[in-house]
Order: sequence, then C-alpha cells, then structure tokens
Amino acid sequence: MVDLVEMTPCAGLVPVTAGALRLTEAAPGWVTVLAPYKGQQGALGRALAQAHGLGWPEPGEVIAGKSGAVQWFGRDLALLVGPEPAAALAKHAALTDQSDAWAVLRIEGPGATAVMARLTPLDLRESVFGVGRTARTDVAHMAGAVTRAGTDAYDIMAFRSMAASLVHEVAMAMRRVAARTQ
Amino acid sequence: MRIDGKGRIDRTRRVSFSFDGHRHTGFSGDTLASALLADGVRVMGRSFKYHRPRGAMTAGSEEPNALVTLGLGAAQVPNCRATTTELHEGLVARSQNRWPSLGFDVLAVNDLMAPFFGAGFYYKTFMWPRAFWEKVYEPAIRRAAGLGALSGQPAEDRYERAYAHCDLLVIGGGPAGLMAALAAAEAGADVILAEEDVALGGRLLAETEEVDGQDGGDWAAEMAARLGAMPNVRIMTRTAVTGAYDGGTFGALERTAPDIEGRPHAPAGCFWRIAARRAVLAAGALERPVAFPNNDRPGVMMAGAVRAYLNRWGVAAGRSVLVFGNNDSAHRTVADLQEAGVHVAALVDARAHATCGHDVAFYPGAQVTGTAGRRGVEAVCIATARGEERIAADTVAVSGGWNPTVHLACHTGARPVWDDRLAAFLPPEGAVPGMRVAGAAAGHFSTRACLKSGLAEGRHAAKDLGLKAPATDLPPASDGSFDILPLWQVEGRGRAWLDFQNDVTVKDVELAARENFRSVEHMKRYTTQGMAPDQGKNSNVGALAVLAEATGRSIPATGTTTFRPPFVPVPIAAMGAGGKGKTFAPERFTTSHAGTIRRGAPMIEAGLWYRPSYFPRKGETHWRQSCDREVMMVREAVGVCDVSTLGKIDVQGPDAAQFLDFLYTNAMSKLAPGRVRYGLMLREDGHVMDDGTCARLAEDHFLVTTTTAAAGAVMRHADFAGQVLRPGWDARAVSVTEQWAQFAVAGPRARDVLADVLDDQGALDDLPFMGCGPVAVGGVAARLFRISFSGETGYEIAVPARFGASLFEALVTRAESLGGGAYGMEALNVLRIEKGFITHAEIHGRVTAFDVGMQGMMSRKKDFIGKPAASREGLMDEGREQLVGLKPVGAVKELLPGSHLFNEAAEPVAANDQGYITSACYSPTLGHVIGLGFLARGRARIGERVRAVDHLRGSATICEVCAPGWVDPEGGRMRG
Repeated sequence: MVDLVEMTPCAGLVPVTAGALRLTEAAPGWVTVLAPYKGQQGALGRALAQAHGLGWPEPGEVIAGKSGAVQWFGRDLALLVGPEPAAALAKHAALTDQSDAWAVLRIEGPGATAVMARLTPLDLRESVFGVGRTARTDVAHMAGAVTRAGTDAYDIMAFRSMAASLVHEVAMAMRRVAARTQ
Repeated sequence: MRIDGKGRIDRTRRVSFSFDGHRHTGFSGDTLASALLADGVRVMGRSFKYHRPRGAMTAGSEEPNALVTLGLGAAQVPNCRATTTELHEGLVARSQNRWPSLGFDVLAVNDLMAPFFGAGFYYKTFMWPRAFWEKVYEPAIRRAAGLGALSGQPAEDRYERAYAHCDLLVIGGGPAGLMAALAAAEAGADVILAEEDVALGGRLLAETEEVDGQDGGDWAAEMAARLGAMPNVRIMTRTAVTGAYDGGTFGALERTAPDIEGRPHAPAGCFWRIAARRAVLAAGALERPVAFPNNDRPGVMMAGAVRAYLNRWGVAAGRSVLVFGNNDSAHRTVADLQEAGVHVAALVDARAHATCGHDVAFYPGAQVTGTAGRRGVEAVCIATARGEERIAADTVAVSGGWNPTVHLACHTGARPVWDDRLAAFLPPEGAVPGMRVAGAAAGHFSTRACLKSGLAEGRHAAKDLGLKAPATDLPPASDGSFDILPLWQVEGRGRAWLDFQNDVTVKDVELAARENFRSVEHMKRYTTQGMAPDQGKNSNVGALAVLAEATGRSIPATGTTTFRPPFVPVPIAAMGAGGKGKTFAPERFTTSHAGTIRRGAPMIEAGLWYRPSYFPRKGETHWRQSCDREVMMVREAVGVCDVSTLGKIDVQGPDAAQFLDFLYTNAMSKLAPGRVRYGLMLREDGHVMDDGTCARLAEDHFLVTTTTAAAGAVMRHADFAGQVLRPGWDARAVSVTEQWAQFAVAGPRARDVLADVLDDQGALDDLPFMGCGPVAVGGVAARLFRISFSGETGYEIAVPARFGASLFEALVTRAESLGGGAYGMEALNVLRIEKGFITHAEIHGRVTAFDVGMQGMMSRKKDFIGKPAASREGLMDEGREQLVGLKPVGAVKELLPGSHLFNEAAEPVAANDQGYITSACYSPTLGHVIGLGFLARGRARIGERVRAVDHLRGSATICEVCAPGWVDPEGGRMRG
C-alpha cells in the first residue's frame, strides 16, 4: 500500500506578481473532453443542459453555469470544466478525463491584455474577444487555449509538462509590461 | 548655436551626455544631433570608404551621415542615427569608422587615393594571387571600410515581440495621418496611429505653419490629445512601420522611451506584428539633395532639415547660410532663418523664372558648383549667367525637391509611378490590398492638401469598413502650388556625392553605365549605391536620374530598384525577439523531473522533453559504468523508468475498432478487451510511420501508444484519417499523453515492486503477458499494462499525472530495496538493442515494414493506410536493405552508428555501399559490442562477414551479420 500525494501542474511556480499584475494557478476541478459521436451535438447539448445546466458551445464560446462551464476546445470538441460528467453524457459523446493534463493559469490586473499581446497572436479587442470567449492558440510557442475571464483577466491553458516554460514566459511578459507602466 | 525663443524643447530641463568622451549638455526634447549642433559640433562621423568628415544632413530617420554607436559593452548598438536618438541624461555616444579620433583619422588617406577607388576598384584590382582575396585583401578592405561594429558579445535578451489588431492602421502622424485617424475613429473604427517620431505632427513640428488659426505644432498636440482620449484609438509613437506584408500584416519597430528603458526588466524595444483590415500610408516625403561637387562637407544640409533644427529645436545650423534649391522649399528656409535673425548669405535658385520677396542676395537661374573648407563648409562657389562667384558661408541648405515616401506601398513588389509635374515617384495605386495613400506620400505637398487628403482617405477607409463617417471639418491651413525645375547634378571640379553613406559619386554611376552596368539593378550592385543602412532613401532617385542621363533614357524608362522591408534598420535581436532559446523550444518536464534531478541524473533532450540519461551512483565516474549497472539491474533485479513521454491517444466510439484496423497494418478489431497488441502504422507512401502498443480497455474504447518522437505526428495522422479519409465512421481520438504519468517496471522482481504498491495484489496474478486492466494504487484509479520493451518481465503502470511524482518515488524506493532502481535512456536503449527492438533510429522514415522484417504484420484481409504503396514490388524487393544484427569479430571491437557497410573484400567507396548501422552499444549482458543496421539482402546473409566503415571518425570494423536480437530470442523471460 502506498499513499499517493497529489501535485498541481504549477506547484512551486506561482503566484507571480509584477506591478498590479498577478499570475495564479486556477483550480478547474474536473476537466473532461467531450467529443460528440456522429450527429449527437444536439442531444449532447440537451443532456448537458439537463445534467449540468449547461449546453453545447458554438466555436469560440464558453457556456458558464452554476456548476461549471463548457468551453469550446476545437473542431467538434469541448471541455466540461468543473463537475464530474454525468453518466448520461457518455451516450452521446466520447468522454476523456483531462483533469491532470492541463496547466491552467489566471492572469489578472490592469495591463493583462498587453501581457497577452506579447504571448499570443489572437485579436484580443473586446469587440472580437470579449469576456466568455475562448480560442485554441499559440501561447509563446506552446499549443494552448486562452479564455477571457474578465476585461483584465485571462485563463491560459497549456500542457501540464510545459507549465514551467509557460510560467516563465508569462512572468517575463508581465515584468516587461509592468516596467512600462509603473 | 541656440536661438532664443525658438523651438519646442524644454529649456528648463538640461540634459548632460557624452560624445566621444566629451561632456555636452542639451535640453529635454533634443535629439543627439540637435544638441551637438547647438554645441557647435558639426563633424559627427566619417564616411564609409574615403573616411571624409561628415555632419548631420537631415533631421530624420533617413540620416546618412550622423551615425553613432550608443551604449557600451555587450549592449552597444552601432549605426544609430543621431538625428532620431532622443537625448537623455547619461547618454554615451561614440563616432564610428575613425582611428584614432574623429578629428584626425589615419585612414583619411583613402580620400587622397580616391582617383583609384572608383566603383569596381576592388573587383579589378585584387585579383591575384587568387587565394589572397579571402585571406588578405577582403579582411583588410573590411577593416578600412564600414560603419559601426557590434560588440561581438552575445546580445542580451532586451527586445520583446507583440501583436496588435485594428480596423485601420494609419502610418505616419503628420497632418494627413492625424486627419485620417480622426475621420476613421469618429466613424467608430479601431484605429492604430503609428508614428516613428516621439511626437505627432510630422512636418508641422518643423515648420512655421498655421493650422486652424493656431501654431501647427500646437494643433498637432491638441489633435494628439483628442485622439488619445478616444477609446478606439491607439497612438503608437516611437514606432516605425517597417514592412507591409500579405494579408494586411505589418511589421513595426517600437523604441522604448529612454526613461522607461532604464528600469529593471524594461525592454529596449518591441517588434510589433500589426494585423489591419485597412491601412492609410501617410508617411510624408523626404527632401532630396542635389549632386554638386563637394556636396558632402559638414555644413551641407537639407533645406527642410535646417528649418527643422531651427523651428523644432531652436538651433541655427550655422552662422551664415547659403540656401540653394530648385523649388520653394529654399525660399521658406530663407524666410525662417531671417525671421530668427540668422544671416543668409545668398539664395541660389536653379529656376531662372523664380522671384524672391526676401531681403537677400538672390541668384535666380544659378547653381552651386562647389564648396571649400577643411572640416566643414567655409565658402561656396556658384555659377550664374554672369560667371562664377565665391561666397563665404558655413552652411549650405539644399533642396532638390521632395520624394514621396512610397516604400511601404511598394513592399509587395509594385513599382512607383513617375510624375513629371512633381518630378517625383508616386505610390502605385492598389499595390497593397486595403492600403491607400494620403498627404505628401501621395504627392500632396501643401498643408491644406495634406489635411484634405488625410480626411478623404480616412473617410474612405471607414466606408470600406462598412462604417458611416460623420462630417468632419477640414481645418483651414495654408495652400500653395508646387513649382520645381528638375535638377539632379551640377557639373564642376571635384566629386559630387549621390550616396553619402556608401560613398558613391556621380562619376561612379557614370562609370557603371560606361562599363555596361546600365540596368538600375546592375548599377546598384556595381557601385553599392543604395545598399547602406539608409537603403538609398537620400540617393536612389538622384542616382537613377544620373544613370538615365548617362544612358540616354528617361527616368521612368530607367526605373527604380525593388523596395524591400524594412523601411528603417531593425536589429536582428528585435526581429527575432521571442524566437530564441527556451522561448523557441519550450521545455517539457515529466512528473518525475524533480525526483530525477534530485538523483543527479544528467538530462537529455528528446524533442522538447527532458529525460534522464542515467542515474549515477557513488563511485561511478563514467556514464558507461552507470549504464551497464542499470542494464544488469533490469536483467537481474528490477528497474523503474518514466515512460510518460510516449504518446497516448484515447480512441472511443462504435467504429473505434474498425478505425484502428485502418490506422494499423495489423488487425486491432481482433483484440479482446483487456489485451494489448504491438502494432505498426504506415504512411500513405507505404513506409513505416510509427510503432507502439494498442490496448483495448473496453469493447469500444482503445488506448493507442506512440513513440515519444511521433506523438504529435500520429495524433495529426489520426485526426486526418478520421476527418478526411473516413469521415463517415463514428470514432473519436483524443490525446491523453499529458493526463497520465506512466512508469515501466521491468525485471525479474518487477512483480514484487508492484505487489507492494497495488491495493489489490490479485490484479497481478490475473494479468497475462500483453494484458491490461484497471487497478488501484493508494485508492487512486490506475491502469496496469503487462508489456515489455526490455525483454524482461515488464509492466507499465499509469496514474493521473497529479500523482506521478509520488508514484515514481514509491516505485524507485521499492526497487532500490530489492537491488534495483531507476534507469535512464542509455540503459533503455541498450536493453532494447539487446532484444533487437526498433526505435526511430531504425524506422527513420525511409524504411518499409518489409525492411524491418514485419511484412507479416501487413494484414491481407483488410485495408489500411499505406497498404497499396507498401505492396508495390519495389518496396518488397529481396535486394532491399533489411534489418540485421551486427557484432564485431575482428581485432577492432567498435561499432559506430552512421557507419556504412561494405563487403569484406570490397573497397569502402560509395559505389560498393551495402547498408549502414543505425544503433550500436556495448552489451553488458553479452560482454561485447552489438549493433543494428540495414544491409542489402540482409536476412539471407546471416553468418556472413561485412566491414563497417566510418569515414568521418576513421573507424573500420569487421562484423558478423546476425539475426537482430540476442537476449532471450524466444521471449520466455518477458512472458514468464
């Protein structure tokens, strides 16, 4: 018998602060990839609504509810973030646990958008990428996802194995932005 | 010399700086050039080839002469234009291309040799002996010529990169740019207004112009404040747009303000990539010189620059100024100088019909034919209808007309269009999709015309964007007509410079034409005109006009050279920001990384992953000792290895089995749930793509394992197959590589280790070789696979990654207590070579299933990717190079991967090549060296001898060909 101790992807790497900017690790809870079977998007959406009060997202959309959120995650893919997926969902989609696969960072504070502009080529104007929008994108040469959590707040996802590089890159951009605005 | 009451500098804030070790002071708002001029420093550099003393000629980024080196040590930056360098406290600047000093330069002797140093001199002179060019002549010439030098030390990581997006990018913040930005912003467009200068206003800052009833500079400041207050406008000063690229993308270099640059972590600059739906180019125009003899003496400046120094920085360029021009810019300079109380020696106007309303010695229809003076202009010779005259003056203000800044409009390959009336090239229309041109860049030379065209183009852009532009008033400003008499060169004694930066004169261009370098592109390369950091901004049009005359063609028929980015020099460090070192190659760490480092393992890179090479123990001084021990540990006790880097793909759905049959050469649909099978994937071209195991976790749930190297490629391959080749099938593939931490536990005592960590030991007894199933470790749901890459009893156990670090410690501690421990990549490699198992060293992209002896795994009963190609005769030919084992049998016992194989008696030359070695190692199990390789007809040659030759490392070894796989070829140990 052993006692296994758990470790988060960014343990020991965050928090990082620079000026008014703050980088922390988000604790998303359960993260499940939902990959609907042929023609099952509608049925999956209804099952999501019934079981979790959520739905099936349009490209680039995050549907947030009390229990968690459904985040678009690519062509015909979404993440269920927060709750353990209801068994009923498995009828309509391949469910794959990714709770340990992603490092999730939250950057917030005035200038967060300027930091992100140094990390990703996304168009971050609020008219294009407002609160609740998400995208799969390049984050400092890492394949990841960016979600706008607030006017000055973003959630950045990258592979767990790349957490150290991700924190390093975000922190460097934060310090540079803070140096300009201090 | 400062003029009281003039300029837009802050005279309450003095700034001290040093130039060539001398201390100077200027004011806040100065540039390095304006402060030096104010302090009476006229010589700011030496020329490229002749080492002639040179002074500032312009007041902008096009400056060819006043190039200096800023900073010290690794961070020193050469070739900075003093005319755009913001003065700041403690600035350290040094002149370039002189020794021992700027005032006395030994190599100025080159100037005396000038008659020999014309265009093509080097090509014609340094021809013999041939070997001398590279070793003697070129180094000597390079030392004698040139501008500033880099420090030679690694560049500090001082630049950053960033992206910006907008509806409209306005390039240039002069009157046209300001109006364009305002019109589009009022219509609701997201506007970026980029200006290379520190402030908005463009020429308004350099002239005495009224706009909207107030001083032009004040109007620009008011506009800047108004635009800055709009949420949809982003003003980027100190930002030069450097290139126009496809799809509405622009490159831009932002310099950090000096007060910010000094802060910790602050970058020196930022390289922007700006994506814009529309663009307005309002980059203005550059005044051009006239090539008259000795027109390069310090004191010869552009007429507009003389006004800029006076009006913007309150600096008189000289005490007595002779003004020379072929258009009204010259007259303007006279007016401004006289108004400020500066003596104007004469106004020389090339136009015979010109009239003058100023109280000045006026010479219409006359030309400047030369200058005299030692380290600067002291006297000027002019030719009038009455003859030659010599006039005392220390400054010559020249205007040969204005060249619209068409560069960005031509960056995608279009050529500018000649306009006879303006005697200038205008931007081609529609050359860059979505870009329109406004203001002086479009040939509108009066302030009113600039404001009007800026407003019109801003409104046009808004309309294009589907926005409705409200009426915007056109502020009243001065208008005027443009009258010019084209004048490119003046005959006379002495050299007349065209390209000041590369020391190219009228004679050089004429010589190029005589020697038949008549195309403008050939002339450019023969003379080096236009190839210096200013990229011919000051010289291109003049040089091609001289070439046109020398070849008897018109200017438009002669044409321009190609305009290419960048518009201004961009440090490579800026362009490459965010693309070097670890930013370029992020590090991937396994969950056991910290524990591995703690055990002192040197790490090796496997793609982006970092994996342990070996785990050294006390007394081990060489990697081979550790490796040999780790191999024997696995063969005799138990070893633990992190294999999480292997790709893992979850495949689910009703058609999952069918889908995997299509991906793999062998049938995965026949696999029973709870069982694992080795599989081979081919590319469409019939060659091996990857190998690995496939586990059937449930009826419609599989787990595919890939190699570390091909994890991404196989995922892409599966996506392509699912979305494109078999879109009708119902199977979904999702990467779970990052979700699971997976460890190999291998060796005769592997069971003992696992029995100690599994919650239910019964799971081990029930698991057959090539079986898999769910288990629990400390209450955590895990997966257990009974597979072996070492040939020993082997398991792989996977837990959710959050528990990976903890499980690694648990496994290694238990293994150590049983005489085993962790093993690294070196031992892993030896173990698999001893077994004859392949990796990407063997399946390197050019081998087929037949080549590796796995043709039997290509199912005849089903279709799979690569089947038709792999079945071609040529890919199943017995003569192909086939996988074999090799062992040395002669006196030499070394085998080197990369060696080529030859028949024992054959000469080791390419024509006799029989194959090559892919992997080799010392086998501690066997006590000798072994290798894997590919040999022509190899499988039929077991027992033969071949010679392995490595020409690079000078090694030759006689080997015996064996079947690949030495240890337990029947596989009893891994099954048992």
